[in-house]
Amino acid sequence: MKAASYERAPAGTQPDYDYPPYISTCKRHPKQPLILLPHTLSELTGPVFGHRDIGENDSDLTHQHSGEAQGERIIVSGRVLDEEGRAIPGALVEIWQTNAAGRYRHRVDQHDAPLDPNFTGCGRALTDREGRYRFVTIKPGAYPWQNHPNAWRPAHIHFSLFGAGLLSRLVTQMYFPGDPLLPFDPVLQSVPDENARHRLISHFDWDTTIPGHALGFHFDFVLRGRLATPVEVSS
Amino acid sequence: MTAPPTASQTVGPFFHLGMTYLERKIVVAESAPGEQLTIRGKVLDGDGNAVPDAIVEVWQADSAGRYFGEIPSKNSASPRLRGFGRIETDDRGEFNFTTVKPGRVPSPDGSLQAPHIVITLFSRGLLKPLRTRIYFPDEPSNADDAVLRLVPQARRSTLMATRSRERGEPNTLEWTIVMQGNRETVFFDY
Repeated sequence: MKAASYERAPAGTQPDYDYPPYISTCKRHPKQPLILLPHTLSELTGPVFGHRDIGENDSDLTHQHSGEAQGERIIVSGRVLDEEGRAIPGALVEIWQTNAAGRYRHRVDQHDAPLDPNFTGCGRALTDREGRYRFVTIKPGAYPWQNHPNAWRPAHIHFSLFGAGLLSRLVTQMYFPGDPLLPFDPVLQSVPDENARHRLISHFDWDTTIPGHALGFHFDFVLRGRLATPVEVSS
Repeated sequence: MTAPPTASQTVGPFFHLGMTYLERKIVVAESAPGEQLTIRGKVLDGDGNAVPDAIVEVWQADSAGRYFGEIPSKNSASPRLRGFGRIETDDRGEFNFTTVKPGRVPSPDGSLQAPHIVITLFSRGLLKPLRTRIYFPDEPSNADDAVLRLVPQARRSTLMATRSRERGEPNTLEWTIVMQGNRETVFFDY
């Protein structure tokens, strides 16, 4: 197996557990100090996924039903990299999102916006040898939530990624450039560092835009760790 | 080119939509060697209320103390049962999974760790996951475990599963994650 080194994230580039403007953190953040753990095999290893974990049409959310999904078709693509910029192949990428009207196909979502019978809003893919992933989907909508008066979430896509080991596990949200709600969103603003927040916003991309069909948005992920030269790890 | 890791964001309340597909309540196959176990877990918030919108990911070694990636996959009975689990909490904040008791895996100093299951908890209100471990009751190696020794004595019990006292559940362990407050579970920072 490959040995990797894992340093701690620079200050401010990750949110804290306790962030009062996001109300749900109040009763769900630990108050005792966390115990700093040396990295053992238990943290350095992690589940490996393959093509049998992926279904047909899992990366094209616009064609998972008999009819075509409603809304603005988009291509979301990019690369999954380590902290040295090296590609991470075979990373499992899972996504979920609202439909074009800002409604999740989920029993808990009470937002008074229409469901689209031709859009479920979830997908998954494995990165290729260059660490690339690509989804065809619908641009998600903004939606209201109960965090504070007149609270609205900016349009976003949820991403879950498995890298080389548990230390690389990441769940995050990708936002869209130019969204006027971004400065007011406590979830995005929970990340203290401005550059780190900016890196959660995708870029419009002419290169992946399909003429006459769909706009392209580019988003790269950096997972924790620096992959070293492959060496044997004694165990 | 170097860049810091992408910032974490909450899974929110709607993660079932994207994450249920990979739900795995059988972490290690029944046919695998080792002591069969059912773990009955529960997640509580700082008010002691059940957390019905959490998702627990499980990672553990086999009964010989080897992680899946260390074993040639052609020798594995089923690639779907590989020491990984993912279980959503129900309306009562509960989650269950079946597995075998893991063996001892090495520490960086060369000693062997006590048997443990690695837990990663995601939920609405968690901007990044909480990471903890389940240890086993009546396990003599707990006394020498390098990780447990980092935990103040008074808090170690929060990491210990307990044997179910229900009749007819001889191989069932119970374990509660308390996210905040009295008897708050020990969480780790990697």
